[in-house]
Amino acid sequence: MSAIADIKQITLRYGKTCALDDLTLSLPSGQMVGLIGPDGVGKSSLLALIAGARKLQEGQLQVLDGDMRDAAHRRRVCPRIAYMPQGLGKNLYATLSVRENLDFFGRLFNQGSQEREQRIALLLASTGLTDFIERPAGKLSGGMKQKLGLCCALIHDPDLLILDEPTTGVDPLSRSQFWDLIGRIREGRPGMSVLIASSYMDEAQRFDHLVVMDDGKALACGSPDELLQRTGTSDLEQAFVALLPEEKRQNHEKLVIPPRTADGEIAIEAHDLTRRFGDFTAVDKVNFRIERGEIFGFLGSNGCGKSTTMKMLTGLLPSSSGEASLFGKPVDPKDINTRKRVGYMSQAFSLYSELTVRQNLNLHARLFQLAAGYRDERVAELIETFNLAEVADSLPMSVPLGVRQRLSLAVAVIHKPEILILDEPTSGVDPIARDAFWALLVKLSRDDGVTIFISTHFMNEAERCDRMSLMHAGKVLASDTPEALRLERGKDTLEEAFIDWLREASDPQATPDAEAASPTPQVVSSTARLPRFSLRRLMSYARRETIELRRDPIRGLLALLGSVFLMFIMGYGINLDVEDLTFAVLDNDRTTYSERYIQNLSGSRYFVERPPLVSHADLEQRMREGSISLALEIPPNFGRDLLRGDTPQVAYWVDGAMPMRADTLRGYAQGIHLNYLRSLAAEQPYTVSMEFSKVATRYRYNPDVKSLPAMVPAVIPILLMLIPAMLTALAVVREKELGSIINFYVTPVTRLEFLLGKQLPYILLGFINFLTLLLLAVLVFKVPVKGSLPTLLLAGLVYITCATGVGLFMSSLLKSQIAAIFGTAIVTIVPAVQFSGLLHPVSSMEGFGAIIGELYPTTHFLIISRGVFSKALGLSELYPFFIPMLLAIPALTLFSVLGLNKQEK
Amino acid sequence: MRSLGNIIQLGIKELRSLWRDPALVLLIIYAFSANIYSSAMAIPESPHRASIAVVDEDRSQLSGRLLDAFQLPYFVPPVRIDQAAMDAGMDSGKYTFTLDIPPNFQRDVLGGKQPTIQLNVDATQISQAFSGAGYIQQIIQDETTTFVSRYRTDTVLPVDAVVRMAFNPNLERSWFGSLTAVIDQITMLSIILTGAALIREREHGTIEHLLVMPVTPLEIMLAKVWSMGLVVLVASALALRFVVEGLLAVPVQGSIALFLLGAALHLFATTSIGIFFGTVARSMPQLGLLIILALIPLQILSGEVTPRESMPMLIQVIMLAAPTTHFVELAQSILLRGANLAIVWPQLLGLLAIGSVFFLSALARLRQSLQ
Repeated sequence: MSAIADIKQITLRYGKTCALDDLTLSLPSGQMVGLIGPDGVGKSSLLALIAGARKLQEGQLQVLDGDMRDAAHRRRVCPRIAYMPQGLGKNLYATLSVRENLDFFGRLFNQGSQEREQRIALLLASTGLTDFIERPAGKLSGGMKQKLGLCCALIHDPDLLILDEPTTGVDPLSRSQFWDLIGRIREGRPGMSVLIASSYMDEAQRFDHLVVMDDGKALACGSPDELLQRTGTSDLEQAFVALLPEEKRQNHEKLVIPPRTADGEIAIEAHDLTRRFGDFTAVDKVNFRIERGEIFGFLGSNGCGKSTTMKMLTGLLPSSSGEASLFGKPVDPKDINTRKRVGYMSQAFSLYSELTVRQNLNLHARLFQLAAGYRDERVAELIETFNLAEVADSLPMSVPLGVRQRLSLAVAVIHKPEILILDEPTSGVDPIARDAFWALLVKLSRDDGVTIFISTHFMNEAERCDRMSLMHAGKVLASDTPEALRLERGKDTLEEAFIDWLREASDPQATPDAEAASPTPQVVSSTARLPRFSLRRLMSYARRETIELRRDPIRGLLALLGSVFLMFIMGYGINLDVEDLTFAVLDNDRTTYSERYIQNLSGSRYFVERPPLVSHADLEQRMREGSISLALEIPPNFGRDLLRGDTPQVAYWVDGAMPMRADTLRGYAQGIHLNYLRSLAAEQPYTVSMEFSKVATRYRYNPDVKSLPAMVPAVIPILLMLIPAMLTALAVVREKELGSIINFYVTPVTRLEFLLGKQLPYILLGFINFLTLLLLAVLVFKVPVKGSLPTLLLAGLVYITCATGVGLFMSSLLKSQIAAIFGTAIVTIVPAVQFSGLLHPVSSMEGFGAIIGELYPTTHFLIISRGVFSKALGLSELYPFFIPMLLAIPALTLFSVLGLNKQEK
Repeated sequence: MRSLGNIIQLGIKELRSLWRDPALVLLIIYAFSANIYSSAMAIPESPHRASIAVVDEDRSQLSGRLLDAFQLPYFVPPVRIDQAAMDAGMDSGKYTFTLDIPPNFQRDVLGGKQPTIQLNVDATQISQAFSGAGYIQQIIQDETTTFVSRYRTDTVLPVDAVVRMAFNPNLERSWFGSLTAVIDQITMLSIILTGAALIREREHGTIEHLLVMPVTPLEIMLAKVWSMGLVVLVASALALRFVVEGLLAVPVQGSIALFLLGAALHLFATTSIGIFFGTVARSMPQLGLLIILALIPLQILSGEVTPRESMPMLIQVIMLAAPTTHFVELAQSILLRGANLAIVWPQLLGLLAIGSVFFLSALARLRQSLQ
């Protein structure tokens, strides 16, 4: 039997945590191989390594007869591997429809349109998703998401299918359908190897070969029967426990639930509870009464309204009609005191991943106002009870899922609530941890009389509940003790009874469909050799990004309207014609001569006169207040000295706080003085003319010296930097934060294709933006394009490519969305507004700013824009300014490629 | 009392989250050091190193003196060119100014014929065009007067005028520039931090978790306001001390404590704006755009780029509702003109009023969006 994957002495660490510890293992090919073991023993890490999604640290790994360290080999085999990461719909794009998701993956594997259509039709038919082809992936139920994820993984006929906990959080009916589907696919493709991590032992029974893992090591390998024989147990759950090392087994005891003594007090009651979202009724007239201290289970298919019901009970969501009451009082979201009596644990981990385990506990202890002295004691007690001591100072994301769930439960009970509402608390948790978790619940219920309302997909957990409700499509189908429910349907197990109920209640169309489609998901043509660079893969990302942009029209609209808005603001707001300046006069002469001098100033259209100054102190005070920006001081005896020819001296005081305004003021003051001298000269022939030469000033390109025609051609480049860069800035980092980047790691798309594909739609949007601004300039601002329009358009295209390149670079370099927004704001606003010649020519700058200015693309496009708009120039004069931008494009792309990793580190 | 504890705890949580994003911390440090330094230093004197070319058709002693008069740092040494090179040079933006000195210029000046020099200005270089042209006229005037006065003595002026600059005698651009740079960073960082923190809590589902605990939206919001406000306040105090007063050697006139009080009120307003955006935007990409759309007018129309009094009346009135308008005025008064509380109280009051309005509307939106 040949090996699909050969693992030799592999060690993998995340910081201090060791995920895989000198692991050596060989996985047989052509079989269903299951990895089982508690959470955090390295199952997911191992799968990610085999898929090529994560970078190898130490050791050797051969997958499909080649070394996974070798990038060329990874590129070669990646089309033969399919990887479905852990988490519901983790590799899907929520806003894309079922068809679009599949289409995207098909294109990534370079399939032609006909082939794609065939494959999509076949896959959908065999999974029963055909009716939902136009539904966005985000609106599918959990089970359907997993089926779609599987379809996406199977679109390219892989030889190795890797599934990381594919059925976690999926209801029993969907789960059994899922495995049937895998079975049929394997019938059609017998050579295919399947590698699965799972925490469901009943599923593990189906696999050909099992690897039991613990602490980064393999404890045992073999077929399920071999393992049972070796351990002398009758089911895998027990075999698993038997295989664990001694110290772990010790903690594990068979869970015994003592009977409950009912006291009849009602803790939770729902009466015709209903919740509608628009036309959709998520919860439809649900009724139940739960007694104090009861463990009440809530079962149902994905998306049936369990979470919504729970949220209404906590007061997170108001109900549309009907009533919910806790302790006999209606639920009031505003009543803070009820919250203190209720503990809630939501489906997804919702504690702070930035705080350590202990910090999270401490924070919640304080938020629930535990007394100061008691707080530390309680936190210590919880760390002890929930077995968190070892991880107390770790971050939640670095500990296994099961531990994280324990932490969530610890937080939910920190204030000793009387009611616990737990939404799928054990999803993805291994059997031992689940038993430990339940032991805690039982203790809370039986010893402390805590009422527990819990939803789950595990049948053995449902069996432990005192009573339970079956929910489907917003309605409660049945409510009773687990045993009574099983008997009612006359089945051997609760699971069968449950599936029976669901089949009966569900849409009669969907289920038969899935079974009717006969399983031959084999498509005629096989994928041709994959090229090093593929336009189709590039366009696949471009298409997907475009669809996402189209699904979020507010973003596009904000970009277009926003730039129009900013153009008005900057066009009218940046006005360098300094006017309406305030001045006041300190006239120490008070004669007709001084008044005449003053008239010169107050008559100017640039100035607004304020009440006269009375003293030097007054002058200083008013200047300091900023209520005047210019003061004129006329000395005593001004008139007398003037008549005597003694050359009196007037003084102007300018507020220098804002130098630009002060400069203008100085110019105005000198001009006014000169004007006065001229008028004196004109009426007094005996004084000589002061001017020996004249200067004829011609303001070229903008003869009327208006701000607007000068500003508009300069504002366009600024806006085309800020907005396209910000649009692109989140393109990559968002996938990193939300997890879909995994598709980039495990598909044959290269970094260059990925980045260029992402960039294209934003270039297009930026260009539409550019055209809008041009029209606005010409039609609204009446600033004509005097030179060559094609030159301007071409330059715009090149420039927008640069601008989006800047955003993309920030996006590929940084890891969080906040940092990307902030970083992009820093690298665009200051350089574009200050260093690129908008207000001050780059040639007159010095230092760091000057260097940035010389290199920054805005500088060059600004010259081209001004050249074409105002100076009537064309390509022959302006081509030198294209060169730096044309050089910037490959440089930026190269930086982005270098900033992005093709594997997770 | 209970509330206060929650607010403090949740705020500490915000600070811890920030600390866990080292790239963000680095960017904040950059913003409050290098970014302030470079943007304060980049604003040139006006004119500063302006490029000028001269077509000298006179080639006399006087025209030579004129050429020598254009000196650094105001002008780069003039280039002599011919008529043909003039247009090309201006078209390409090589020369902002060109002078054409006519033949027989010196003879005509001495002969009292008032000959005309042609000055061409590239009016697209908007900030240099006007003040530069004024300088050049002044220089030509001064030079010819001095030149002539060596030959004639009857040139006494009837009235003399001196222009003195208050608060910044040499009109150092970096004084005002460093101040506006600090203000820009304060505004930008506070809006981004609070807005993005809120969206992130929503995208990661932690906000919902908070709401099942005995915590009110008011507490959640106050926690974000104080913690992020504090980060920015500390960063700006350090920047003021070490970059503005230290590296850039700006002689700060007034009380830094008073300035920081103003900054705290400003932050009250801007962090509220951030939260408001966080409730309006549906996702990070939308938030990023909203932030750009808000930051640009907040900066450009606040009076830090061009004087407020020169803006259209309507814009002046609208911008009274923007915190930056008052903060720029306040910062200028305190730091450069040495104003005290008696002078700046109207701005402080304005900031408080604006902050309260933004805070209350953000709170209302937050309550609504969490329902």
